Amino acid sequence: MRRYFGRKLLVYGLTFFVAVTVNWMIPRFMPGDPVQSMLSRANVAQPAAVEAMRAHYTAMFGFDLPLWRQYLNFWGSLLRGDLGISIWLFPTPVTDVIVRAVPYTLGLLIPSILLSWVAGNRFGAFAARRKWLDNTVLPLGYVLTATPYMWLAILLAWAFGIIAGIFPVAGAYGYDLQPSWSGEFLGSLAQHWFLPFASLFLVAFGGWAIGMRNMIIYELEADYVNYLRALGAPMRLVRRYAFRNAILPQVTGLALQLGVLVAGALVTEIVFSYPGLGHLILQAIQNQDFFLLQGTFLFVVVGVLIANFVIDIAYVLVDPRTRTGMGGTA
Amino acid sequence: MRNEALHFALRNRKLVVGTVVVAVFLVAGVVGPMTIDHKPADYVGPAMAPPSGEFWFGTTTFGQDVFAQFLYGLRSTFLVGVLGGVLASVVGMVVGFVAGYRGGWVDELLTMVTNIVLVLPALVVLLIVNAYLGVRSVGVQALFIGLTSWPWAARAIRAQTFSLRSRDFVDLARLSGVRTPKIILREIAPNMSSYLFLTFILLFGSAILIAASLDFIGLGPTDSVSLGLMLNNAARWSALQLGMWWWFVPPGAGITAIVGALYVMNVGLDEVFNPKLREM
Repeated sequence: MRRYFGRKLLVYGLTFFVAVTVNWMIPRFMPGDPVQSMLSRANVAQPAAVEAMRAHYTAMFGFDLPLWRQYLNFWGSLLRGDLGISIWLFPTPVTDVIVRAVPYTLGLLIPSILLSWVAGNRFGAFAARRKWLDNTVLPLGYVLTATPYMWLAILLAWAFGIIAGIFPVAGAYGYDLQPSWSGEFLGSLAQHWFLPFASLFLVAFGGWAIGMRNMIIYELEADYVNYLRALGAPMRLVRRYAFRNAILPQVTGLALQLGVLVAGALVTEIVFSYPGLGHLILQAIQNQDFFLLQGTFLFVVVGVLIANFVIDIAYVLVDPRTRTGMGGTA
Repeated sequence: MRNEALHFALRNRKLVVGTVVVAVFLVAGVVGPMTIDHKPADYVGPAMAPPSGEFWFGTTTFGQDVFAQFLYGLRSTFLVGVLGGVLASVVGMVVGFVAGYRGGWVDELLTMVTNIVLVLPALVVLLIVNAYLGVRSVGVQALFIGLTSWPWAARAIRAQTFSLRSRDFVDLARLSGVRTPKIILREIAPNMSSYLFLTFILLFGSAILIAASLDFIGLGPTDSVSLGLMLNNAARWSALQLGMWWWFVPPGAGITAIVGALYVMNVGLDEVFNPKLREM
């Protein structure tokens, strides 16, 4: 078990290293000049002012130093928690901007991932090999899992927000409210939270339900199932054994799907102007705020790494084989 | 053997329906733009017109023909899907075959690289890469999507190769002095060809979805239309608030139909190749 976690941690450490290096490399080695694009965005005509700004931005990126020095400095400021200054919200540090947005993204992501996973697995296991459910629900599941997150979000916003007028379609709380612990504010928060949550939940639900249904069908062909049936075990018991075996690939699947789920949350936030990381990314792109974009990238990577590690721990808890060191790879 | 697969393929409802849907959209994307005499970005009609006989899918706030954009968009969507899917499959196959067949430190190294790319969230990597690209094309988008979405395929193929490499016929080939690339190509790959094809279909679908997300965020191709870009424009110009449903429903429906049909095809093919899964 120590070996199992050791290897995992090594991979995550290396991934973080690669992510930081990529983050450092892209502005420097991609075609195009970030300093130039920032200058053209500022739209200043006076040559003297342009020169001053060029000098400022070059120093800010540290382009005037040798490459290895730039790289070490990059790590140095990163470890001090310094990701630069946001241009969009000048002069707020990028770290502050991101820390303000993270709770909103987590508030959407964690409930939608966990609930869709639990509900999807239960439902998929229930539908497997039940003719009627299988034939009605499966096609629906395929449609849901193939739906682009932003499109379902747009449809929900249009149906429930614009036409029915039940839910608000922008922001995280009413524009006339200030964040507080009052009932009114929390109610508004919940109301604004519901539609983005629902669209994330539905798309992910379809995927888990189909995955589980297919796994259960595989399991029900296995020898131990035939043996149990031959012994005359009730179908309910057989299904429970099948479920316990089929849940393992679904745990691994959750780790594999994390990137897709995070991406889904980002675009859903954009649809609903929900003030999380997705909204920040959109603003960063529209305002050519590369520091903010890169800071958000690092935060998302670190978040995904932590989530992966949590899933690894969960895997050990559900799969007894990893605990006793008898193999069983995650 | 061939005929048996064909026999089951033609009788598999999932496979037939999925293939027909994908084929219809493919034909629409390839042939459709030729039947339209204006460019998708041209201002050809009245602004904000709902669907009519003249403009089947209505027009945008600026009087652009949504149907024309849809047809051209289908073309980019298929292009991104095929290019990205092929590239990801090729990388996944090379890494998977070499790691699985060679074993030892080569395997350790490749598995490590695979795991690293696997946990990096693809979309956010693509975000920063694309943000720094001034001019973006469908081809470049597909290139980067292909380079980031191969890891799960590599892992799956490695596991399959691992189980095949100690079979008798592979040993025989090795004893007869056949070189490694040839063994992989002639002995191992054909024995998992159905599996490789299924992998490609899934990568094809996921490349379309990733591209649509990128386009929607505003990092789509700068030189052409795509379905994701249509959604991006619709959202940017408040089609939602103005009630212009004809602007944002078709592109999303197109993506959903194509990707959904690909997934259903995948299940159908799985049933054709794997007798255990056929409906009893």
